Amino acid sequence: MAPDYTVADLERWNERIMTLVERFGLDPFPQEFEICDYEDMLAYMVYSGMPSHYPHWSYGKSFEKLKTLYEYGVSGLPYEMVINSNPSIAYLMHDNSLALQVLTIAHVYGHNDFFKNNFTFRSTRAEYTIESFKGHANRVRQYIEDPSIGLEKVEAILDAAHALSLQCRRNLAIKKPTVVEERRMKVEESEPPADPFSAIHRRHQHVQPDLDKVPLYPDEDLLIFIRDHHPQFAEWERDLLTIVHEQAQYFVPQIETKIMNEGWASFWHKRILDTLELPQNLQLEFIVRHTQVLRPTPGSLNPYHIGMKVWEDIEKRWDHPTAEEIEEYGPRKKTSKEKLFEVREVERDTSFLRRYLTEELIRELNLFEYKARGNEHVVTRVADQDNWRQIKETLIQNVGTGTLPVIKVIDSDYTHNHTLLLKHAHDGRDLQLEYGEKTLKYLHQLWGRDVALETLLDNRSTLLLFSDGKFAIKKSA
Amino acid sequence: MPTIFRSYNPSSGQRSDRSAGDRLRHRQKVREAIRNNIADIIAEESIIGKDKNRIIKVPIRGVKEYRFIYGENAPGVGQGGDGEPKPGDVVGQGQDGKSGQQAGDRPGVDYYETDVSLDELIDLMFEDLELPDIERKRLRQIEVERQFRQKGVRRKGIRVRLDRKRTARSRVKRKKASLRRQPSGAPAERFPFHKDDLRYHHTVTDTRNESNAVVLCIMDTSGSMDTMKKYLARSFFFLLYQFICTRYQNVEIVFIAHHTEAREVTEEEFFHKGESGGTFISSGYVKALEIIEERYHPALWNVYVFHCSDGDNFESDNDAALKAAQELTRTANLFGYGEIKPLGSGYYGSSMITFFSQIQEPNFQTVQIQKKEDIWTSFKTFLSKDRAREDAA
Repeated sequence: MAPDYTVADLERWNERIMTLVERFGLDPFPQEFEICDYEDMLAYMVYSGMPSHYPHWSYGKSFEKLKTLYEYGVSGLPYEMVINSNPSIAYLMHDNSLALQVLTIAHVYGHNDFFKNNFTFRSTRAEYTIESFKGHANRVRQYIEDPSIGLEKVEAILDAAHALSLQCRRNLAIKKPTVVEERRMKVEESEPPADPFSAIHRRHQHVQPDLDKVPLYPDEDLLIFIRDHHPQFAEWERDLLTIVHEQAQYFVPQIETKIMNEGWASFWHKRILDTLELPQNLQLEFIVRHTQVLRPTPGSLNPYHIGMKVWEDIEKRWDHPTAEEIEEYGPRKKTSKEKLFEVREVERDTSFLRRYLTEELIRELNLFEYKARGNEHVVTRVADQDNWRQIKETLIQNVGTGTLPVIKVIDSDYTHNHTLLLKHAHDGRDLQLEYGEKTLKYLHQLWGRDVALETLLDNRSTLLLFSDGKFAIKKSA
Repeated sequence: MPTIFRSYNPSSGQRSDRSAGDRLRHRQKVREAIRNNIADIIAEESIIGKDKNRIIKVPIRGVKEYRFIYGENAPGVGQGGDGEPKPGDVVGQGQDGKSGQQAGDRPGVDYYETDVSLDELIDLMFEDLELPDIERKRLRQIEVERQFRQKGVRRKGIRVRLDRKRTARSRVKRKKASLRRQPSGAPAERFPFHKDDLRYHHTVTDTRNESNAVVLCIMDTSGSMDTMKKYLARSFFFLLYQFICTRYQNVEIVFIAHHTEAREVTEEEFFHKGESGGTFISSGYVKALEIIEERYHPALWNVYVFHCSDGDNFESDNDAALKAAQELTRTANLFGYGEIKPLGSGYYGSSMITFFSQIQEPNFQTVQIQKKEDIWTSFKTFLSKDRAREDAA
C-alpha cells in the first residue's frame, strides 16, 4: 500500500503543529522523526527504540513474540515510538495514513515535552542517551568477542543481571549518600539526643555504632552492591553489571510516569488536532483513531485513558472550581494552564494519582478492585462510598515501580559466612515463590555465596534461602 | 533547531535485520530447552500419533525471564465496561497475562509455547538419544532392481524407444546440409527419413540399495488393559515407529491385537478399540510369525517386533508364549517386550518379565513402564539392544 502522503506533507503539517506547540507553551527538545516499516518498528520496540543496543537472546524472544502477535492480528503496533534523548528521536510507521501521522506527530511532542520537563527524567541525561547505549553495545560486543570471555559467560552474567536490574532505587531525584556520608550519619545517630535537663538525667549510655557493617544502611541497588562488594569479580563482570544497572535506571522514570506521560501526550494531541482545523476526511479518521487509543479496556487499565481523564479533570477543576472546592481550598491562585504545567513537572504516577484522582473520577472511570481466585480475577470492591479509598490505594500500589517488590540488601556477612541477606519490604503483597526461587538463584550465581531473602508469606516471617546450590524455605514458628 | 524527517528507504540493501542474531540465539535456547525436557514433552498426549508435518505447540520451560514479582494475593485495579461491576463478578483470567495492568509483571502461563514441527521434534529426540552404538550400526540394506532409467541416446534400438523429437531434428540437420551441397538446385520435393536419422533412447537398469523395515506392533487388548495402560503402550509404539522411520527408507507397520486370539487390525482399531477377555500372549506371537512368513521375509526385511502387555497372561499359555518368543527372536532384528504396570494398579497380576528372563538372545529386551515419564527411558533401553545381524548384506 503506497502511503497517502509525502515527506513534504509531513513537514508542512509539522510546521503547523510546531506553531501550536509553541503557542500552548510546550517546551520540547529538538525533534527528529524517522519513517520506518513495521519490521523496523518491531525491532525498535524490542530494543527500547535505541538505534544501537547490546545483543541478548531475550530481545530475540520479544521480537518473535511481538511479530507473532502482530501477524496474527492479536495486537497492533504502536503508532509511534519516542525515545527520551536530546534531540528526541521518534519513529513513524511508513504504512500509516496521513491522519495517523499527524496525530502521531502531535502526540510525540507531548511525550517529548514531558521527557524534557518532568523531574523524574532529570537523572537520565538525555544528551548522552544515544551515545551511552551505543557505548554499552560496543563494550558488550567486545566482551563477547574476547576469546578469554566469550558469549556464554557474558550471557550468564546478563541473564542474572536482567533478573535483578529493576531492584534499584526508584526515586533518582534523591541523591544516594556516599559511604563517607553514611558513616557520618551513623555516628550522628548514635549521639544522644540533645537534652536540656542533662544535669538531672542519668547520662546516656553511648553505644558505639558498628561502622564496619556492610552496608551501613539498607541498599536497594542490588547490582551495584554486588559489583562493589564481590571479592573476585573481573573488570568485565563489573562493567556488565554497571551497564545493565545504568540501562535500568534510564527506564525507571518511564515506568514511574507511564500514566502521566501517556495522558499528557494524549491530552495535547487532542488539543493540537482540535485547533489544527483538519480537512474533513482527516478529521473523521482522527476521531476514529483517537477513540481507539483512548477507549477504556474493560477488565484492565488503559493508561492513555486514565491519564488523559485526570489531566482533563485538573484543567476543569482549575478553570471552573466548584463552590465546595473554593470553600475548602480558597480561590484558585493559579490558572489551569499554570497548574497543568506545574503538575507535569513535579509529579510522578503515584503522587499524581494520589493528589488528583478524585472520588468522582474513580466513579466516572468505573474502577474496581479485583483479586485472583484460582485462575480467575474476581471483583472484590467497587467504587462506592466505603470502598473508593481502598481502590485508590490499590491502584497507587499498582502503578509505576509499585508493581516491583522493594528488596534491599541488609547484610553482606549474615551469620558470618558472607551470606548475603536481603529483606523484602512487605506491604501486604506476598512474593511469587517460583519467581522468587529462580531470581534468588540468579542472585546466588552473581554473589557466588549463599543468599537469603527475608519476607512474609501468609503473614509468617519467612526466610528464602539459596545455599549450597539448593533452595529452601524456612518459616518461623 | 529545525525538526528533521528521515524518510523511509525501502531498498533492502541498506537495511539490516538487527535482531537476527538475538533471534538465532533465542532459537538455540529454545531447542536446548526442548532437548532438556524431552521426556516430559513426548509424554504429552497431544503429540502422540500426530501427522509428521503438523506444527505442534511444545511447552518449554527454561527460557523464561525471572524477576522478583508479586504473587497471587496482590490485588489489582481494573476498569469496568458498560455495566456496573459487582463484587464477586469474574472479570478476567488470572494466568494468561492478558489482564492486569502490565502484562509483564505477573507470572504468565507456566510455560512458554513454541511452534515446532513434529519432524523437528523427532530430530531433537534422536539427537538426545546419544546412543553411539546405534549410530555406528550398519543397517541391513537390500539391493533391489529399480525401474529402467533413460540415459543418453543411441542410433540403434527397438521401435518403442524411438526418440521422435531427436529423430526429426537430425533429419532437419541432414536436409540443411544437403542444401548447402547443391546451392543452385531446387530443393527436392520429398526429403524422407533415413535410417541414419533414427535416434533411440538408451536405458539403463537402475540398481540401488534399499532398506526395508517392518514394525510389528503387538498389543494386548484383553479386559485388563485399561485406558491408561493403552495410552502408555500407544506412546511407546509411536516413538518406535518414528525412530524406525528415521532409519529406513521404506517402513511398513503392522498392528496385531490379541486377547486369547490375535488378529491384524488397522491403526485406528489398534489404538481405540477396547476388547475384553483373557490373555494368551502366544496367540499374538504366532500371528506375528505368520505375517512375517507370508509377507516380510527376513532376508528382504528388517523385522522389528514389539509387544506391550500388562503381563497378565494365563498360566497355561506361558510355555507356548516362551516358545513363540524364542522363535521371534530368531526371526527379528529386535524383539521387545514392554510390560505396562501403572503405579497404583497393584501387582496382583503375574509378570511375564521374570518368565521371559529365560530367553538369552541378545536381541530380546524387556522393560517395565510404570508411568508416562518412563516411556523415554525405557525406549532408550530398548534401542540399545538393536542388533543388525552380522549376516546382513
